[in-house]
Amino acid sequence: MKKLAVPVFSVLGAIGFVVSIYLIFMKTGLEYGVDERTGRLAGSSLFFNQKIFYFHVAQAIVLFTAVFVAGISSILFLWKRRPAFDDVASASTEVAVAFGAAVLVTGSIWAKAAWDVWWNWEPRLTMSLLLWLILVGYVLVRRFAGPSADRVAAGMAIFGMVGVPFIYTMVGADSHPPSGVNGVVLTLGKRLLPAFLASMFTFFAWFIALVLTRIQSTRDEREVRELREQGLDLGVLE
Amino acid sequence: MGRLDLVAIEKVAKRFGSERALAGVSMELRGSSMCALLGHNGAGKTTLLGVLSTLVRPSSGKIAYRAGGKDVTGEDVRREIGMLAHQSLCYAELTAVENLELFAGLYDVRDANIDALLDKVGLDKRARHRASRTYSRGMVQRLALARALLTRPSLLLLDEPFTGLDRGGALALGEQLGEIKAQGTIVVVVTHDLEAIAGRADHVAILRRGSLVFEERGDAYSYETLKDIYHRHAN
Amino acid sequence: MSLFRQAARIAWKDLRVELRSKEIVATMIFFGALLVVIYSFAFPHDDKAVRSSVPGMLWVAIAFTGTIALGRAFDRERENDTMRALLLSPVPRLAVFLGKAVAMAALVLSVAVIVTPLLALFLDAPLFDYAGELALVVVLGALGIAVIGSVFAATLLKVRSRDVLLPVILYPLLVPLFVAGTKTTAALVQVHPNTEAAWYWIRFLGIYDAAFLVLSLWVFESLVIE
Repeated sequence: MKKLAVPVFSVLGAIGFVVSIYLIFMKTGLEYGVDERTGRLAGSSLFFNQKIFYFHVAQAIVLFTAVFVAGISSILFLWKRRPAFDDVASASTEVAVAFGAAVLVTGSIWAKAAWDVWWNWEPRLTMSLLLWLILVGYVLVRRFAGPSADRVAAGMAIFGMVGVPFIYTMVGADSHPPSGVNGVVLTLGKRLLPAFLASMFTFFAWFIALVLTRIQSTRDEREVRELREQGLDLGVLE
Repeated sequence: MGRLDLVAIEKVAKRFGSERALAGVSMELRGSSMCALLGHNGAGKTTLLGVLSTLVRPSSGKIAYRAGGKDVTGEDVRREIGMLAHQSLCYAELTAVENLELFAGLYDVRDANIDALLDKVGLDKRARHRASRTYSRGMVQRLALARALLTRPSLLLLDEPFTGLDRGGALALGEQLGEIKAQGTIVVVVTHDLEAIAGRADHVAILRRGSLVFEERGDAYSYETLKDIYHRHAN
Repeated sequence: MSLFRQAARIAWKDLRVELRSKEIVATMIFFGALLVVIYSFAFPHDDKAVRSSVPGMLWVAIAFTGTIALGRAFDRERENDTMRALLLSPVPRLAVFLGKAVAMAALVLSVAVIVTPLLALFLDAPLFDYAGELALVVVLGALGIAVIGSVFAATLLKVRSRDVLLPVILYPLLVPLFVAGTKTTAALVQVHPNTEAAWYWIRFLGIYDAAFLVLSLWVFESLVIE
């Protein structure tokens, strides 16, 4: 059962990818807006670029989820001190760093199309950046804090999670130009919903497959070390 | 609360990240005994002292502290522990007296006679009101010992207590530890200086790569016996 | 009650050590003053520019001096492994944390108290038009840095690369604090000060401090015990 999880989620992700690409390009329209001068419907500045929205938002939601997965499993780790919880926290953070990078790149492409700048501190994008920085900090701690890395990193994950509502309020309180995403989400009618859900499904399946793989590799490393120690104890190894 | 008279270590294992420091150690420590905890560097002695001092949480297994048959836990255990570590555990900017006053306050020891204690460990009278930063290695070691004894602990943990002392000082400290043991205290000493504990240690435990490879109780091991045991089992 | 008495004992010990050596306060004030001098070369001096950039200058200075002071203050607990002595003593670990946090807050605050007038003086920034509000936000900021900083500086005590890791951990977590501090200051030094906005961010900072204080009290012990 456990052995099947990774292939199953990978295959689900692959199917989801094909389906979502199909839905995004074949079943959703192009972005139109009302032209201010003529008063008629015309291709907006986003037009074709709007399609990146489906992937961008799905990845951002994965990133957001990962912060909570890492935070909660870190609480459990500090409480129970079982390495299994720590494995979940570190694996989901590492994978989420990659997803977060994708969020920032796609967000940047969106910003270029919508406002003709690569980065404009749009609140949701800013929030993704700040969460991503916490996760990158976590990975750095993991890598460089030596034997107590698990404790320090767990602390960072927990504090990061508690900081989320503050970051959310903080970027929300800013009066920036109304976000393009907002408009799209509001108009996310029946026609667009399938494509959106398909990409959500795809990215979550990938996320789970990658996290499980990462957890397994950490476990394998640990097992190899333990076997080596046993070998040393028995005098079989030097 | 009460003075500890039995400490039972039950299958204690500890990993630091990928490093294994202890691999399931079980042993008992009893009142009025001095356990010599021996082994090479990196054998897990300091980690075991850390676990005993409650500052290192074992990955698995546990330690039971008992006083008169009752379990003692938490802050009540810490109150009973005296620790002499590699470092002095004293503030360099504060004087000997200020350091001891601080710890007397933290341990809620009301009747501490700091001067008498400093006399006992042999810290020069003129140095007592000088910042301990200015002390020699031997003086720092004396202050550290005074700090460990200040609270009249019933579990005294010593990590290489004889380093930094000259031969005479080391032997005198060994003698003091013998007296403390005779008063009912559980003394655990990690050391390479077998001479200083000869005739006083009555319990020998040897760690090798995190495992307990030898344990024996006897009465007052001589230097030769200790040396012999160490060379037979530590390697 | 013994919790607060012991916390006060630990805090007083820290302050006494610092009063005796003056190392952290002296070097941080020097560093803060240098920052102000660099600012005065790096940024334009006209009234409008000063009003818009001085909040950032103030909080960058607080962030830099605060984390360096924190790192150094905890280095002292490492020198003779005295942190172990504190954790080994029978006082509640909460008292150890509170004592350290209070001392750190005093340290961070004393640096801020020097840097703020220097900014006002050298850049002719109208920082003291709303002195009460400004003092409040600086106190809350110092408190937040001290609370979160103490948790992680204590946890990192035995880590070799703690000097680089402390800011790596602290800055991402402290972003809301710095933003709130900057926004409050900005609202107060505008040509038309906006006290309503300032109080919004002061409240935000108060809640932020309270939340992380509770969290820190809750996790401190499990983070510092190996």
